[in-house]
Amino acid sequence: MFAIKEDRELAPNIKLLRIEAPRIVKKRQAGQFVIVRVHDHGERIPLTIADSDTENGTITIVVQGVGKTTKLLNRLTTGDQILDVVGPLGMPSEVKLFGTVVVIGGGVGTAIAYPTAVAMHQVGNRVISIVGAKTKEFVILEDEVRAASDELFVMTDDGSYGAHGFVTQKLQALIEGGTSINHVLAIGPIPMMKAVAEVTRPKGIPTIVSLNPIMVDGTGMCGGCRVLVGGETRFACVDGPEFDAHEVDFETLVQRNRQYRSQEMKALNRFEAAAEIDSDALKPCELQRKYSEVGPQHAP
Amino acid sequence: MAEKLSPKERTRIARQSMPEQPAAQRAHNFEEVNLGLSAAVAEKEAQRCLTCADPKCVHGCPVGVKIREVVDFVRQGEYLNAAAKLREDNVLPAVTGRVCPQEIQCEGACILSKRFAPLAIGHIERFVADYERSVGRVGLPKRARSTGKKVAIVGSGPAGLSCAGDLIQRGHDVTVFEALHEFGGVLVYGIPEFRLPKQIVKDEIENLRTMGIEFQTNVVIGKTVTVDELFSEEGYDAVLIATGAGLPRFLNVPGEHLGGVYSANEFLTRVNLLNAYDPLHYDSPVYDCRDRNVAVVGGGNTAMDAVRTSLRLGAKNAYLIYRRSEVEMPARREEVRHAKDEGVQFLMLHNPIEFVGNSDGELCGAKLAKMELGEPDESGRHSVAAIPDSEFVLPLDMAVVAIGTGANPLVQSSTPAIQTNKWGYIVVDEATFRTTKRGVFAGGDIVSGSATVILAMGAGRKAAKSIHEYLTTNVWEAETTLA
Repeated sequence: MFAIKEDRELAPNIKLLRIEAPRIVKKRQAGQFVIVRVHDHGERIPLTIADSDTENGTITIVVQGVGKTTKLLNRLTTGDQILDVVGPLGMPSEVKLFGTVVVIGGGVGTAIAYPTAVAMHQVGNRVISIVGAKTKEFVILEDEVRAASDELFVMTDDGSYGAHGFVTQKLQALIEGGTSINHVLAIGPIPMMKAVAEVTRPKGIPTIVSLNPIMVDGTGMCGGCRVLVGGETRFACVDGPEFDAHEVDFETLVQRNRQYRSQEMKALNRFEAAAEIDSDALKPCELQRKYSEVGPQHAP
Repeated sequence: MAEKLSPKERTRIARQSMPEQPAAQRAHNFEEVNLGLSAAVAEKEAQRCLTCADPKCVHGCPVGVKIREVVDFVRQGEYLNAAAKLREDNVLPAVTGRVCPQEIQCEGACILSKRFAPLAIGHIERFVADYERSVGRVGLPKRARSTGKKVAIVGSGPAGLSCAGDLIQRGHDVTVFEALHEFGGVLVYGIPEFRLPKQIVKDEIENLRTMGIEFQTNVVIGKTVTVDELFSEEGYDAVLIATGAGLPRFLNVPGEHLGGVYSANEFLTRVNLLNAYDPLHYDSPVYDCRDRNVAVVGGGNTAMDAVRTSLRLGAKNAYLIYRRSEVEMPARREEVRHAKDEGVQFLMLHNPIEFVGNSDGELCGAKLAKMELGEPDESGRHSVAAIPDSEFVLPLDMAVVAIGTGANPLVQSSTPAIQTNKWGYIVVDEATFRTTKRGVFAGGDIVSGSATVILAMGAGRKAAKSIHEYLTTNVWEAETTLA
């Protein structure tokens, strides 16, 4: 069992959770993820490690409630337990002195890009961060990202905060304004990552994206997370999750991520209907208690 | 009375058959297909044993179970003694009694098989193990005095469990690390409930825990902790790598990325480990097979498991596509027969050359080529080639690729001192299972490539013997010949 040490709402439906996982803290590097299973009847989902605290032995994840499992995770509060957390998985981000690095985070992707921005900054890169969100209230981790950046630009779709527009517009402006960019990392919704790839492709600026396909084990065993990169099959869990944006087949990724849409909708609807009747009964700790009688033995 | 039968009389007794759930019924549920022998039937079967002075069956068994002695006990009605004898060599008797390919091992070697049906050793083994479980008096072997040595076992599949079981008996402290959230490896994620009920695996794990083995889930060796750290930081004296061959192979044909195309590992893991067949109570989804056309590509036990699983999930048509002919299929004969009885449609000598999708990226068919067998090569295996212009499209909604697995590189890639061969499998000394790194041993599919539960268990046992030798002598000869 893995205890929640802190829960904090960053934006509507987006929550930060600090989880006690001392073994993972020791090994984790920027760009890596964990797989989480909330309770004994739950599914395994991958979540990028946004931060870690060596002193307290905690890792931080940021969760946007989209389906049943992420919404369930977002109901967790300090003191609750998560049944399974395994990691750190995947390859770390390639961090070295590139020169000028632009780090782009869209929506909750900002939390995933943040640790790599920190690492890039630490090794002496000039880090320019571009954070995008729908509206002002969805801008997350602004102070943290600013601290890891030489320059920070915030973009909102409606102009309610920062500049009005998309992250790609700011990136384009930087390029056209003569900023010499050596490396770009873009993490966010697939259409955003694809658009960034198209902006940097003509200039030949090396661009990395972090992919989020459906995963099961996270160790290369099932092949469910396979993505097409440069026409070749790669497993995001062990070969990624970061890949060359100019080589990724985003269309296939979108289609594969849609595979369980109808089942996911049904599960979510059932969950939300049940939550309306008895909200407390769906708290993960309650579910855990309910299932613990039938569940297998787990090591601490 | 039984003891008085002459050999001739013994051979006159017909081989006792295994009672099964009726095919039409079992094709729609996940309950076990084979129902097990009653005590009376098991005893009767045991009477068929010719009690050879040099029992060939024992040589046919990869873990060397003293089969004749076990059968003797059964014939005398001493089932718990039979079980204890069985456990001396086999830590998972209820498992192997169900999943071993007996026809090419113990039963294949049985002297009776020269003129009659071989002794039903697998069925007897299962009876003994189930009897022991049902009376709740498992005859666990004694543990030797503690040696103070610590061994880490990487992977909780058959190789790891059998090695752990032997080492704990020899007095070493043993910890088993598992990457997934449940123990058992392929026994829980791969082999379906209808062939191996999960409770049996759980009970066996509990037995091993009772014997003193420590189990930890959610630890990926190579990621959470490296092999080097197991020695330097966690104080282990030896490590066994038994991670299995868990890297799925794909056909590498166009369309393999379409929605609805699975590796067998993914499909079976979703259904077995994550209980996706019960969406009202479990959160992991799997393709909704109800009233759909499903095909599984491959001819091994995993392919049989996958295609029979799809039937149970409600598939309208469940096809088994194999590029050679039925006699070449590596699956256990019983699985093939069960699959056919349940209504699986066998498309032998067919090979998918493309998966066809719709505009939403979902599978809608497979383009198959008809194949023909050529001359056998030196090893006796027939070559196989596509018949020109024989292609046609088979309408499909879901497909499972079950053509084998490769070596998962996680542990090796994080421990460069461990040498691998060109296929990525770990190189070991054939006799001692030592890798190229001092104190590290490897066994099971990660060394041999995809094999069977019992071969992995056999490797685990031999590795245990070798680990024990190393821990007691502390000699690691550098000049061993590597296989």
